[in-house]
Amino acid sequence: MTQVLINAPKTARKGEVIELKALILHVMETGFRPGTNGRIIPRNIIERFTASWNGAEILRMDLSPAIAANPFVSFFAVATESGKITFRWTGDEGFVVEESVAIDVA
Amino acid sequence: MPGTEEGTTTRRTFIAGAALVSVLPLAPARATPEAMAAAIKEVVGDNAIREGRVTLDLPPLIENGNAVPLTVSVDSPMSEADHIKAIHVFNEKNPQPHVFDARLGPRNGKAVVATRIKLGDSQKIVAIAETSKGEFFSASADVIVTLAACLEDLT
Repeated sequence: MTQVLINAPKTARKGEVIELKALILHVMETGFRPGTNGRIIPRNIIERFTASWNGAEILRMDLSPAIAANPFVSFFAVATESGKITFRWTGDEGFVVEESVAIDVA
Repeated sequence: MPGTEEGTTTRRTFIAGAALVSVLPLAPARATPEAMAAAIKEVVGDNAIREGRVTLDLPPLIENGNAVPLTVSVDSPMSEADHIKAIHVFNEKNPQPHVFDARLGPRNGKAVVATRIKLGDSQKIVAIAETSKGEFFSASADVIVTLAACLEDLT
Protein backbone atom coordinates (compact mmCIF):
# COMPACT_ATOMS: atom_id res chain seq x y z
CA MET A 1 0.00 0.00 0.00
CA THR A 2 1.34 3.36 -0.89
CA GLN A 3 1.40 5.37 2.25
CA VAL A 4 3.94 7.93 1.24
CA LEU A 5 4.45 10.04 -1.84
CA ILE A 6 7.82 11.70 -2.30
CA ASN A 7 8.77 14.06 -5.04
CA ALA A 8 12.50 14.59 -5.34
CA PRO A 9 14.82 14.94 -8.32
CA LYS A 10 16.86 11.81 -9.11
CA THR A 11 19.89 13.81 -10.15
CA ALA A 12 21.24 17.22 -9.25
CA ARG A 13 24.34 19.30 -9.80
CA LYS A 14 26.57 19.80 -6.80
CA GLY A 15 25.51 22.89 -4.90
CA GLU A 16 22.14 23.10 -6.61
CA VAL A 17 19.17 23.97 -4.40
CA ILE A 18 16.50 21.36 -4.97
CA GLU A 19 12.90 21.17 -3.82
CA LEU A 20 11.73 18.14 -1.86
CA LYS A 21 8.08 17.33 -1.36
CA ALA A 22 6.65 14.67 0.89
CA LEU A 23 3.08 13.59 1.51
CA ILE A 24 1.88 10.87 3.86
CA LEU A 25 -1.53 9.30 4.42
CA HIS A 26 -2.65 10.09 7.96
CA VAL A 27 -5.93 11.19 9.57
CA MET A 28 -4.35 13.89 11.76
CA GLU A 29 -7.26 13.57 14.18
CA THR A 30 -7.14 16.72 16.30
CA GLY A 31 -8.51 15.40 19.60
CA PHE A 32 -10.98 18.28 19.70
CA ARG A 33 -13.82 16.80 17.64
CA PRO A 34 -16.73 14.82 19.03
CA GLY A 35 -17.58 11.63 17.16
CA THR A 36 -21.05 10.36 16.28
CA ASN A 37 -21.47 9.05 19.86
CA GLY A 38 -20.86 12.54 21.24
CA ARG A 39 -17.51 11.58 22.76
CA ILE A 40 -14.29 13.29 21.75
CA ILE A 41 -12.32 11.27 19.22
CA PRO A 42 -8.87 10.77 20.78
CA ARG A 43 -6.00 12.71 19.30
CA ASN A 44 -3.97 10.89 16.68
CA ILE A 45 -1.49 13.10 14.87
CA ILE A 46 1.98 13.03 13.44
CA GLU A 47 4.07 15.03 15.86
CA ARG A 48 7.34 15.19 14.03
CA PHE A 49 8.64 15.10 10.49
CA THR A 50 12.35 14.96 9.79
CA ALA A 51 14.41 14.79 6.64
CA SER A 52 18.03 13.77 6.52
CA TRP A 53 20.63 13.60 3.78
CA ASN A 54 22.94 10.61 4.24
CA GLY A 55 22.08 10.63 7.93
CA ALA A 56 22.60 14.35 8.52
CA GLU A 57 19.40 16.09 9.51
CA ILE A 58 18.40 18.87 7.13
CA LEU A 59 14.90 19.66 8.37
CA ARG A 60 12.96 18.96 11.53
CA MET A 61 9.36 19.96 11.89
CA ASP A 62 7.09 19.71 14.93
CA LEU A 63 3.52 19.45 13.75
CA SER A 64 0.36 20.34 15.66
CA PRO A 65 -3.26 19.26 15.23
CA ALA A 66 -3.64 22.32 12.98
CA ILE A 67 -1.86 20.50 10.16
CA ALA A 68 -4.32 19.18 7.58
CA ALA A 69 -5.02 15.48 7.19
CA ASN A 70 -2.48 13.69 4.96
CA PRO A 71 0.32 16.08 5.89
CA PHE A 72 2.21 17.56 2.99
CA VAL A 73 5.53 19.32 3.43
CA SER A 74 7.64 21.00 0.81
CA PHE A 75 11.08 22.43 1.50
CA PHE A 76 14.50 22.95 -0.09
CA ALA A 77 17.92 21.41 0.27
CA VAL A 78 21.39 21.97 -1.12
CA ALA A 79 22.57 18.98 -3.12
CA THR A 80 25.83 18.13 -1.38
CA GLU A 81 26.70 14.55 -2.27
CA SER A 82 25.18 11.45 -3.84
CA GLY A 83 23.31 9.18 -1.52
CA LYS A 84 20.06 8.81 0.27
CA ILE A 85 17.47 11.32 1.46
CA THR A 86 15.45 9.86 4.31
CA PHE A 87 12.07 11.12 5.43
CA ARG A 88 10.72 10.06 8.80
CA TRP A 89 7.33 10.67 10.38
CA THR A 90 6.61 9.87 14.02
CA GLY A 91 3.45 10.44 15.99
CA ASP A 92 0.75 9.31 18.37
CA GLU A 93 -0.04 5.63 18.90
CA GLY A 94 3.49 4.61 18.04
CA PHE A 95 3.27 5.82 14.46
CA VAL A 96 6.64 5.56 12.68
CA VAL A 97 7.14 5.60 8.93
CA GLU A 98 10.46 5.99 7.18
CA GLU A 99 11.01 6.31 3.47
CA SER A 100 14.16 7.00 1.48
CA VAL A 101 14.94 8.13 -2.02
CA ALA A 102 18.27 7.91 -3.82
CA ILE A 103 19.86 10.94 -5.41
CA ASP A 104 22.82 11.28 -7.75
CA VAL A 105 24.84 14.45 -7.34
CA ALA A 106 27.30 15.18 -10.09
CA MET B 1 -25.88 19.10 66.37
CA PRO B 2 -23.87 16.60 64.33
CA GLY B 3 -26.55 16.41 61.64
CA THR B 4 -26.43 20.15 60.98
CA GLU B 5 -22.66 20.10 60.71
CA GLU B 6 -22.79 17.33 58.20
CA GLY B 7 -25.45 19.20 56.29
CA THR B 8 -23.33 22.33 56.19
CA THR B 9 -20.38 20.40 54.83
CA THR B 10 -22.37 18.94 52.01
CA ARG B 11 -23.76 22.33 51.19
CA ARG B 12 -20.26 23.78 51.16
CA THR B 13 -19.03 20.98 48.99
CA PHE B 14 -21.99 21.52 46.73
CA ILE B 15 -21.34 25.25 46.45
CA ALA B 16 -17.65 24.69 45.80
CA GLY B 17 -18.54 22.12 43.17
CA ALA B 18 -21.10 24.39 41.59
CA ALA B 19 -18.58 27.21 41.45
CA LEU B 20 -16.08 24.93 39.75
CA VAL B 21 -18.63 23.75 37.22
CA SER B 22 -19.67 27.28 36.42
CA VAL B 23 -16.04 28.31 35.93
CA LEU B 24 -15.08 25.39 33.70
CA PRO B 25 -17.08 26.37 30.64
CA LEU B 26 -15.35 29.74 30.73
CA ALA B 27 -12.00 28.08 30.05
CA PRO B 28 -11.30 28.79 26.40
CA ALA B 29 -12.47 26.06 24.08
CA ARG B 30 -10.21 27.58 21.46
CA ALA B 31 -7.05 29.58 21.23
CA THR B 32 -7.48 33.31 21.66
CA PRO B 33 -5.31 36.19 20.49
CA GLU B 34 -3.93 36.14 24.06
CA ALA B 35 -3.13 32.44 23.83
CA MET B 36 -1.34 33.10 20.56
CA ALA B 37 0.61 35.98 22.14
CA ALA B 38 1.58 33.66 24.99
CA ALA B 39 2.70 30.93 22.57
CA ILE B 40 4.75 33.47 20.63
CA LYS B 41 6.33 34.76 23.83
CA GLU B 42 7.36 31.22 24.70
CA VAL B 43 9.34 31.04 21.48
CA VAL B 44 10.64 34.59 21.28
CA GLY B 45 11.15 35.38 24.95
CA ASP B 46 11.98 39.02 25.55
CA ASN B 47 13.54 39.57 22.14
CA ALA B 48 12.07 42.16 19.82
CA ILE B 49 10.10 40.95 16.82
CA ARG B 50 10.60 42.95 13.65
CA GLU B 51 8.38 43.09 10.62
CA GLY B 52 9.84 42.13 7.28
CA ARG B 53 11.98 39.51 5.55
CA VAL B 54 9.22 36.94 6.09
CA THR B 55 6.57 36.31 3.44
CA LEU B 56 3.49 34.39 4.53
CA ASP B 57 1.56 33.18 1.56
CA LEU B 58 -1.93 31.78 1.92
CA PRO B 59 -5.21 32.49 0.14
CA PRO B 60 -7.10 35.47 1.66
CA LEU B 61 -10.46 33.78 1.13
CA ILE B 62 -10.73 30.11 2.00
CA GLU B 63 -13.71 28.00 1.02
CA ASN B 64 -12.69 24.93 2.98
CA GLY B 65 -10.70 25.26 6.18
CA ASN B 66 -9.76 21.57 6.22
CA ALA B 67 -6.74 21.96 3.94
CA VAL B 68 -5.37 25.41 3.37
CA PRO B 69 -2.09 25.72 1.48
CA LEU B 70 0.44 27.84 3.36
CA THR B 71 3.95 28.86 2.34
CA VAL B 72 6.44 30.70 4.51
CA SER B 73 9.48 32.13 2.77
CA VAL B 74 12.19 34.07 4.49
CA ASP B 75 14.74 36.27 2.81
CA SER B 76 18.09 34.90 3.95
CA PRO B 77 21.43 33.92 2.38
CA MET B 78 21.22 30.62 4.32
CA SER B 79 24.98 30.58 4.83
CA GLU B 80 26.81 29.07 7.79
CA ALA B 81 27.23 32.55 9.29
CA ASP B 82 23.78 33.92 8.53
CA HIS B 83 20.84 31.59 8.18
CA ILE B 84 17.32 31.03 9.39
CA LYS B 85 17.32 28.64 12.32
CA ALA B 86 13.61 28.18 12.72
CA ILE B 87 10.23 29.10 11.33
CA HIS B 88 7.25 29.09 13.67
CA VAL B 89 3.63 29.49 12.61
CA PHE B 90 0.81 30.41 14.97
CA ASN B 91 -2.95 30.84 14.69
CA GLU B 92 -5.45 32.83 16.67
CA LYS B 93 -8.67 30.82 16.77
CA ASN B 94 -8.03 27.12 16.26
CA PRO B 95 -8.42 25.07 19.45
CA GLN B 96 -4.72 25.60 20.17
CA PRO B 97 -2.34 28.31 18.96
CA HIS B 98 0.46 26.26 17.38
CA VAL B 99 0.59 25.32 13.72
CA PHE B 100 4.15 24.12 13.20
CA ASP B 101 7.76 24.73 14.22
CA ALA B 102 10.34 23.98 11.56
CA ARG B 103 14.07 23.79 12.27
CA LEU B 104 16.22 24.72 9.32
CA GLY B 105 19.87 25.30 8.61
CA PRO B 106 22.39 26.28 5.95
CA ARG B 107 21.81 22.93 4.22
CA ASN B 108 18.37 24.07 3.13
CA GLY B 109 19.71 26.64 0.68
CA LYS B 110 16.43 28.51 0.79
CA ALA B 111 14.35 29.28 3.87
CA VAL B 112 11.05 28.18 2.39
CA VAL B 113 8.59 25.73 3.94
CA ALA B 114 5.16 24.90 2.58
CA THR B 115 2.41 22.71 4.01
CA ARG B 116 -1.36 22.48 4.31
CA ILE B 117 -3.15 23.51 7.49
CA LYS B 118 -6.58 23.43 9.10
CA LEU B 119 -8.39 26.63 10.02
CA GLY B 120 -11.36 26.59 12.38
CA ASP B 121 -12.44 30.18 11.77
CA SER B 122 -11.60 33.44 10.02
CA GLN B 123 -8.51 34.65 11.79
CA LYS B 124 -4.99 35.98 11.77
CA ILE B 125 -2.03 33.70 11.06
CA VAL B 126 1.43 34.73 12.22
CA ALA B 127 4.76 33.39 11.00
CA ILE B 128 7.96 34.08 12.94
CA ALA B 129 11.46 33.39 11.68
CA GLU B 130 14.46 33.09 13.97
CA THR B 131 17.85 33.92 12.49
CA SER B 132 21.16 32.35 13.50
CA LYS B 133 22.04 35.71 15.04
CA GLY B 134 19.07 35.46 17.38
CA GLU B 135 16.89 38.04 15.65
CA PHE B 136 13.18 37.49 15.10
CA PHE B 137 11.20 38.57 12.07
CA SER B 138 7.51 38.15 11.52
CA ALA B 139 4.71 38.43 9.03
CA SER B 140 1.00 37.97 9.47
CA ALA B 141 -2.00 37.38 7.26
CA ASP B 142 -5.71 37.75 7.82
CA VAL B 143 -7.82 35.04 6.28
CA ILE B 144 -11.56 34.56 5.85
CA VAL B 145 -12.77 30.99 6.17
CA THR B 146 -16.25 30.17 4.87
CA LEU B 147 -16.33 26.49 5.83
CA ALA B 148 -14.43 25.85 9.04
CA ALA B 149 -12.39 22.70 9.63
CA CYS B 150 -13.68 20.11 12.12
CA LEU B 151 -17.36 21.03 11.78
CA GLU B 152 -18.56 18.49 9.28
CA ASP B 153 -17.20 15.11 8.25
CA LEU B 154 -18.62 13.18 11.20
CA THR B 155 -19.94 10.30 9.13
